[in-house]
Amino acid sequence: MIYREAGRFKTSYASDQAIFPIVQDRVFVRAAVVAAFVVPPLVAGDYWLQAILIPFLIYALAAIGLNLLTGYAGQLSLGTGGFMAVGAYSAFKLTTAFPRLSIIAVFLLSGLAAAAIGLLFGIPSLRIKGFYLAVATLAAQFFLIWLFNKVAWFTNYASSGTITAPDRTVLGVTVTGPNATAAARYVMALAFVTVFALVAKNLVRGRIGRSWMAIRDRDIAAEIIGVRPLRTKLLAFGISSFYCGVAGAELVFLYLGSAETLAFDINQSFLVLFMVIIGGLGSVLGSFLGAAFIILLPIFLTRLPHSLGLIMSVALQKQIELMIFGGLILFFLIVEPHGLARLWQIGKEKLRLWPFPH
Amino acid sequence: MSDLLYMVLVAPFKDMAGSPAFLVEVLIGGVFAGLMYSLVALGFVLIYKASGVFNFAQGVMVLFAALTLVGLLERGAPVVVALALTAAVMVGLAYAIERVVLRPLVNQPQIILFMATIGLNFFLEGFGEMAWGANVKKLDIGIPDRSFIVRGVQINELELTAAVTAAVLVTLLALFFQTTRIGLALRAVADDHEAALSIGIPLKTIWVVVWSVAGVVAIVAGLMWGAKSGVQFSLSLIALKALPVLILGGFESVPGAIVGGLIIGVGEKLGEVYWGPLVGGAIENWFAYVLALAFLLVRPQGLFGEKIIERV
Amino acid sequence: MTLRAVLVGILALTVVAGPSVARVQAAGEIFIPLLVYRTGPYAPNGIPIANGASDYFTLVNERDGGINTVKIAFEECEDQYDTKQGVECYERLKAKNPVLVNPYSTGITYQLIPKAPVDKIVVHSMGYGMTATADGRWFPWVFNFPMTYWSQASAFVKYVAQQEGGMDKLKGKKIAHIFHNSPYGKEANPTLEDLARRHAFELTLLAVDHPGQEQKATWLQIRRLNPDWIYISGWGVMNQVAVKEAGSIGVKMDRVVGNWWTGTETDVIPAGDAAKGYKSMAFTAPGAEFKVHQDIFKHVYDKGKGAYGNDRAKVGEVLYNRMVVNAMLNVEAIRTAMTKYGNKPLTGEQVRWGFENLNITDKRLEELGMKGMMRPLRVTCENHEGNGLAFVQQWDGKKWNVVSDWIEPIRDVVRPKLEAEAVAEAKKLNYTMRDCAKEK
Repeated sequence: MIYREAGRFKTSYASDQAIFPIVQDRVFVRAAVVAAFVVPPLVAGDYWLQAILIPFLIYALAAIGLNLLTGYAGQLSLGTGGFMAVGAYSAFKLTTAFPRLSIIAVFLLSGLAAAAIGLLFGIPSLRIKGFYLAVATLAAQFFLIWLFNKVAWFTNYASSGTITAPDRTVLGVTVTGPNATAAARYVMALAFVTVFALVAKNLVRGRIGRSWMAIRDRDIAAEIIGVRPLRTKLLAFGISSFYCGVAGAELVFLYLGSAETLAFDINQSFLVLFMVIIGGLGSVLGSFLGAAFIILLPIFLTRLPHSLGLIMSVALQKQIELMIFGGLILFFLIVEPHGLARLWQIGKEKLRLWPFPH
Repeated sequence: MSDLLYMVLVAPFKDMAGSPAFLVEVLIGGVFAGLMYSLVALGFVLIYKASGVFNFAQGVMVLFAALTLVGLLERGAPVVVALALTAAVMVGLAYAIERVVLRPLVNQPQIILFMATIGLNFFLEGFGEMAWGANVKKLDIGIPDRSFIVRGVQINELELTAAVTAAVLVTLLALFFQTTRIGLALRAVADDHEAALSIGIPLKTIWVVVWSVAGVVAIVAGLMWGAKSGVQFSLSLIALKALPVLILGGFESVPGAIVGGLIIGVGEKLGEVYWGPLVGGAIENWFAYVLALAFLLVRPQGLFGEKIIERV
Repeated sequence: MTLRAVLVGILALTVVAGPSVARVQAAGEIFIPLLVYRTGPYAPNGIPIANGASDYFTLVNERDGGINTVKIAFEECEDQYDTKQGVECYERLKAKNPVLVNPYSTGITYQLIPKAPVDKIVVHSMGYGMTATADGRWFPWVFNFPMTYWSQASAFVKYVAQQEGGMDKLKGKKIAHIFHNSPYGKEANPTLEDLARRHAFELTLLAVDHPGQEQKATWLQIRRLNPDWIYISGWGVMNQVAVKEAGSIGVKMDRVVGNWWTGTETDVIPAGDAAKGYKSMAFTAPGAEFKVHQDIFKHVYDKGKGAYGNDRAKVGEVLYNRMVVNAMLNVEAIRTAMTKYGNKPLTGEQVRWGFENLNITDKRLEELGMKGMMRPLRVTCENHEGNGLAFVQQWDGKKWNVVSDWIEPIRDVVRPKLEAEAVAEAKKLNYTMRDCAKEK
């Protein structure tokens, strides 16, 4: 009833090419973004911001990055943790070497550093495909972590071997370091993810995105119609790593505050891949949904027995949580193999016809 | 510069030539370690071959098998009974997986099946620990962990046993695939699901069989690795050591898993012992992957993998 | 379609019900959060640690009715030794106004160090965490008494010298350090390198990659090197494999010494008899023969409140005892604070004062039933490491036994380096040094 397109006509190319062609979508998304900027900082407590929303936004950014590579360009990668580490360590080196450089510039530059490394490790993708490529990107993962661990220069020769986010400000507000409020860090993370989600959305519907999808769907055919695999695949690796690098920098600067290389171990790569698959391959929205699923669900499951009034040991609780979590992943895949994003789409279809489905 | 080249290109070889007995020891250590990796990689290969699933849960299956075995032994079951019961549990697991995971997801893209095994992974992690506890358990299967010395070369009995076991297991598997009717059916399924189905091979049974065999291989891998480090949660992490072996050998090849294991094992030990000290050591993990990557650049389908034929 | 409806239902529930905010702590109690890992790869170590804490706090509540009649409220949160889950736990339990936290994980400690002064929660990383925080002038909120990794490494070298017959006998000896390739594992390296230069022993550093299930290459190198002494800094599965490998290549086990996280009952299990003679450093004595254990049995286990349930055999294990001492130090620090601020629930700042003025005398240890379990300890504003001593324990195939006297670390080597390091670490956080003369 409310969500209906009938009677709305596209009268210009601009309106035909809009990201959200339906006016209700446009209004909804804008309202949601504004709400996301305004409501949580005012309402949510430290726990919600620090333990749930900030990691959600950061992982969503990383998931968008990996989705560009895996979901759109079809290149399976398990090097995400390594690329995130490149971002984090570059950001640390940059901001300690040039303390006056704006932290936003630092994040973007560390994204570029990650992109450069991503390009390098993307080269084998020209020859290697599928799961073989995934395991090949693990070489990047293990090598990079080893490197950051081994070379003391990356941590400014700290005997603790960790990198720590110093206090940095944007427009006079402290956004990183221990003295930054959770709200400030949240807004910073949200701003980044909003801008980059928009960029991603535009990328994937343009020439670049279409060439990625062509490569994904059948790379030989794509090559024949004139998509250059070298450029296209490397571009995917580069841009994806850029996203992951920025997310990695955020992980240390906006979320953890200090980190050792273990924070970027192989589990991170898997975690982000889970988000992409559960959320929906080839969907920017899916990246958000997947991140929410993987971050929120375990916390919810941990709290569940308590809310139901069940008393059990934390160990048993965790074990049951793992079992249910695994079971739910299976259940979701069986019911909706195309991910949560597809579920969203189905919902929208239904809403279009509601309340008169026939 | 020339110093550096000397250190990288000459010194390690001089070192090797200087003490051949030690070199032999490193090589043997590499062969044994490699076969241990092969044991884990075999499970992946079997499942990938027959059902096209990259089974992320293989590591946890190893853990689960070892936990079940040691749990039964602790409760006083004789070794043979415990082994039989564990095998039964693994077959039961295979059956359940076929019913709950594979059947509803048939014809889904590989990555979805991969994700499904991740769900399985979480489930088994929780379930195994809940059933058997999180403590480190000693696995005593009667193999003494001693070393003996042959011409100045130290050989560890446990590792020797593991190597022999791996060799026997591979031979048995090869015979099973080549000579039995089920083996024939397995190969048919591996070649083409639909064609196999159309000539009357029961796909579901085949899957149960393959996952069961992979479960039994997991028991053996669990035995060997469990004897080394005690049976504990970390056993599930050995999958990461098997992955380079798997890509190097090819996902579909049983002999590939063995040869890959040998190359990775020997390669990473030589790398760590002779070149590791140049860069501060602990290079084994990434060295194995880089080694595998180097092979892949030459043969993108792994050493023994099926040739990729591309058409539009 | 119905399945899909279920799916949507679950999602909606997750988002709506979500993590509700924790209830606020009841008045009249002191809250201590316990970040534990009873599951996952590190659970074999995490379980005795968690149980030690739980049992001691229960003991204080049951036997004494709390700390000077102020009850201790404590709540466990499972983090699987994972830093991110640990942060979630910390943030969740922060709502209950804790006064102190024992992170029991290097990664989580690093997270909490910058947060401590902001959240006003004392971080006590007993024998782990960041060595530099021992300089209390820079890190008022973090305590790592009774000892740091650097002091420990120097105590190990001193022990070797004792066994060899004097510091001058170290010359030319070969010592190998096998370490987990992480910031934690590398902690001992600078101290060992420094001492190697001073005493002219030959030091070889061998890194083992995480998680350390496969160490063949490392032990092959050991075999070729044939060192006189081996020092191991490991954690988790790396320990079990290292002890096992050491046993199987036939090195002299009584010359293999683990650091205090590499010498528990769990670490020697898989090696079986081959582990006999293996040694490790420690700062708390093992065994269940101390009076405090009798109290724990009587007041906690007999009432059915023991963390191990009926399995009393595990009470007195190395890590259990260490956590009992840790919990005791927490309690005594709060008690110290109460002498100044009164017997009531305290704030984090008040408890911090208690930590800084903690003075555990021999007499006090005897009153607590812990005489001999650890050495008297005095913490000051400058020195958050305290004046703790270490000793060496040895595995006899059944249990750990104390085999050395208490060893004084080589403080004149460790302390100056530590102070220099504290300046570097504090600079990263823009801290300023406080003047301890003005603190009272």
